[in-house]
Amino acid sequence: MNGMHSRLKVIGLIAGVALTAATNTWADTAAAVAAPAAAAVVAAPAAAPAAAAVVNSGDTAWVLVSTALVLLMTIPGLALFYGGLVRRKNVLSILMQCFFLACLITVQWVVFGYSLAFGPDVKGFIGNLSWAMLSHVGAEPNADYAGTIPHSVFMLFQMMFAIITPALIVGAFAERMKFAAFALFSLLWATFVYDPLAHWVWGMGGFLRTMGALDFAGGTVVHINAGIAALVCALVMGKRLGYPNKLSPPHNLPFAVVGASLLWFGWFGFNAGSALAANGLAGSAFLATHVATAVAALAWSVMDLIKNKHVTVLGIISGAVAGLVAITPAAGFVTAGGAIAVGAGAGIVCFLFVTVVKPLLGYDDSLDAFGVHGIGGIWGALATGLFATTAVNSGGANGLFYGNPALLWIQFKAVMVTLVYSGVMSFIILKIVDAVLGLRAPEQAERIGLDLTDHRETGYTVLD
Amino acid sequence: MKYIVAIIQPDRMDEVLDRLTAKEIHLVTVSNVMGRGRQKGIAQVYRSHTEAGSLLRKVKLEIAVNDEFVDAAVEAVEGGARTGQVGDGKIFVLDLEQAIRIRTGEKGSKAIG
Repeated sequence: MNGMHSRLKVIGLIAGVALTAATNTWADTAAAVAAPAAAAVVAAPAAAPAAAAVVNSGDTAWVLVSTALVLLMTIPGLALFYGGLVRRKNVLSILMQCFFLACLITVQWVVFGYSLAFGPDVKGFIGNLSWAMLSHVGAEPNADYAGTIPHSVFMLFQMMFAIITPALIVGAFAERMKFAAFALFSLLWATFVYDPLAHWVWGMGGFLRTMGALDFAGGTVVHINAGIAALVCALVMGKRLGYPNKLSPPHNLPFAVVGASLLWFGWFGFNAGSALAANGLAGSAFLATHVATAVAALAWSVMDLIKNKHVTVLGIISGAVAGLVAITPAAGFVTAGGAIAVGAGAGIVCFLFVTVVKPLLGYDDSLDAFGVHGIGGIWGALATGLFATTAVNSGGANGLFYGNPALLWIQFKAVMVTLVYSGVMSFIILKIVDAVLGLRAPEQAERIGLDLTDHRETGYTVLD
Repeated sequence: MKYIVAIIQPDRMDEVLDRLTAKEIHLVTVSNVMGRGRQKGIAQVYRSHTEAGSLLRKVKLEIAVNDEFVDAAVEAVEGGARTGQVGDGKIFVLDLEQAIRIRTGEKGSKAIG
């Protein structure tokens, strides 16, 4: 992901063999000298194979912190955001699903997931299993992906992305899917949908990476991918009992606000961390992320005011999440002005989809996982094709508004490939799980609430 | 003996309790309840989906009194809860067959108060 700068490489060549772990100060100095011209490339062919990799302590520290920030997005960020939006009888089922995924995908990633996604390429489609059990993944940097941090740290950073992606889908089947079916679906989906897609976009030799699609931090792999899977889940599972007019409102909006705020906070790790270095590009991605989020939240609020005469809390936090989603692929390629445009578009497009289009279509995506992550992700990927500029990131490309319409077409193709592959595979996996376990909780369980029927617990006691 | 059930606006509860205390009526049970009447609810909007016909938050008071305290209790609740707006609530006065103080086993009017 992060191409090494040639000057750093030269210094690395001279110093690399002789100096080992004790060269951190050296490497820092070299990086600092190289920084102004440093060009980190995401999802674009790496410059050239690096000769000797030197761990940079600043970069490593930032990516370690970012890794923890991205875990925070899922637990408790997304868990509280979704948990607050369901009815009180299902709050634990949501928290459980998010927490469970953090555990399940960790094991999957270590045992074979990382190898499938990032291991040595097989025909541009998938990694082979030679990195299973993290074989070849140690303290030595892998210059193909991140030349200045230990390979193991890069693997951990990517693990957190693999965790949050299936967790996003939870929003679509919330309040009605059997826990066992959820667990099996998530494991199969992570293996047969997430891992191949991550390979296509980020893995060495992956065909979308080779095609030149820009996806700074995972708009395609994470958000469009989870979004379309969410839509398919909602369609296959059917509506909740009583949808749309006989459902109670969100049971705890303050939870949802805390969750959305933690998502925003953690997203700095997701986006700025995707620079895989503590440098100017990370700062630029941080800025774009923050600005787009604020603008999208305001844009949703304005739409709320126009359509509903009031600004709403659920509206402003939904807009913020839509902005975070949309800026994800663009974060390292756009200026602050570009970020404002991406954010404004995200707030308006997602608002219109969730509040106008979805009711017309009539499917029940409980918490709008598709409306926010799918639609926001598609907008973000296309907007990257409009607003990307090499002035921000010389390793990126120019978009339509900077004289290069070709990028928009490449972005469109990447979106379509993701929609089709993830949509079809998600459908097949759902049908398999339905045949083996049954997807939906029994009607009686849905009425009582999954907290009690699936977990034998309740979120809130009434007496003592 | 009478059993008084009153449904009032939540923000009037303190005033009602003060007035009951002033009339030496201490026995009262309070619950949070949801309800509706002529006032109707304020429609809630979530992601532009309007939740119509929603119930409103109210407070329910239950007061057991001896006959000579009935008028005082009703007066206290009525005076404390009235704002003149639709939705101020209702007071129901029911006959009370028996009362027993659990600690001592006293029965009837001695058990109240």
